[in-house]
Amino acid sequence: MLTAAHLACSRGERRLFADVSFSLAAGEWLHVQGENGAGKTSLLRLLVGLSPADAGEIRWRGALVGGMKTTPETVGFRRELLYLGHHAAVKDELDALENLRFSAAIDGLAFDQLKALAALRRLGLRGRESLPVRVLSAGQKRRVLLARLLTRTAAVWVLDEAFNALDGGAVQLLGALLNEHLAAGGVAVLTSHQPLPLPGGRVLAL
Amino acid sequence: MNALMAAARRDVLLALRRRADVLTAIFFFVMVVSLFPLGIGPEPALLKKIAPGVLWVAALLATLLGLPRLFHADYLDGTLEQMALSPSPLALLIAGKMLAHWLLCGLPLVILAPVLGLQFGLDAASLGMLSFSLLLGTPLLSLIGAMGAALTLGVRGGGVLLAVLVLPLYIPTLIFGAGAVAAESAGLGAEGHLSLLAALLALAVFFAPWATTAALRIALE
Repeated sequence: MLTAAHLACSRGERRLFADVSFSLAAGEWLHVQGENGAGKTSLLRLLVGLSPADAGEIRWRGALVGGMKTTPETVGFRRELLYLGHHAAVKDELDALENLRFSAAIDGLAFDQLKALAALRRLGLRGRESLPVRVLSAGQKRRVLLARLLTRTAAVWVLDEAFNALDGGAVQLLGALLNEHLAAGGVAVLTSHQPLPLPGGRVLAL
Repeated sequence: MNALMAAARRDVLLALRRRADVLTAIFFFVMVVSLFPLGIGPEPALLKKIAPGVLWVAALLATLLGLPRLFHADYLDGTLEQMALSPSPLALLIAGKMLAHWLLCGLPLVILAPVLGLQFGLDAASLGMLSFSLLLGTPLLSLIGAMGAALTLGVRGGGVLLAVLVLPLYIPTLIFGAGAVAAESAGLGAEGHLSLLAALLALAVFFAPWATTAALRIALE
């Protein structure tokens, strides 16, 4: 479904990586590993189309995507893409439910309040749905963000350090969510410094 | 269109939860305009003559005050990334943010200006023209300002650079806006000034969201 061929990226004078290729079929996931500064986040940003590649191409269901140009192919890709980056992308002034509602509105999707409430409940935020995110802990903020994995249906998950700031229970829960996603035929690309016990994984070392 | 309204609604709600930012700009406008009659003293003819310029310059500076924050928070917390990856066109979402900026910063100035104009002894027709010229002009200030805010996003000391970049671009708006009010209070027709202001606005509505989006994509890279 998702293939990348001969990707290269440099930051200023420094070449981060070159000739990175991989291919993911439905139900497979890619574990991007590397030291700090190896270019893991750069690779992920390049995959989702937030920054241009120096060389190489990215294909989604056979169509050329990647790069920041808006074409019918990239719009189709974005419709099926969920990218959770380093930043929390949640607003401190809004409560968890409002954050999910506006995320959906920005994506141009209908908002299902019951589904969102169920998602927050599953992520252990029962009773905190209408508190401003400002008063939640770092881990709980991450959980609000992760609720998007349940409310937004997407075939590709690109998660950057998604396991940061999560406690043991939340790590297991995220593992379970990934499992369900892959079992349903999705693909995922993630960076993480801890080993992940999930089937169908490929490892890419930068 | 839904994306535009969603982005605008979100920014308005955020501003209502964090009122200090909005109120600062409005308070600044009221204070600067009120200082002039106090400083110059009770000279009705002089006050009436400088009123359009003072009100317009104050509106322009008040708009400038909040501009550095327009995209900054969304840039830092990753919301801008999510917007860029949304299936909705980024230009529409950015246009929504511009609309919210005008509603929160431009519209209050339009409403307050006639009240403040009373301090300068402007007659009813001039006060009406002041409001109308600001109604046409403040969206222009928001649109041009957003372009500047996008170009200076992520730059160290961006606030000063933003002022240097945007203030020269505000000059035509200021000339035609203040000119319309001055022409009205001198008994001349203001149609010419207003037509030019409207033409500038039509041009900016079309080009500014597109230019701002291009600048934001560069900032995100």
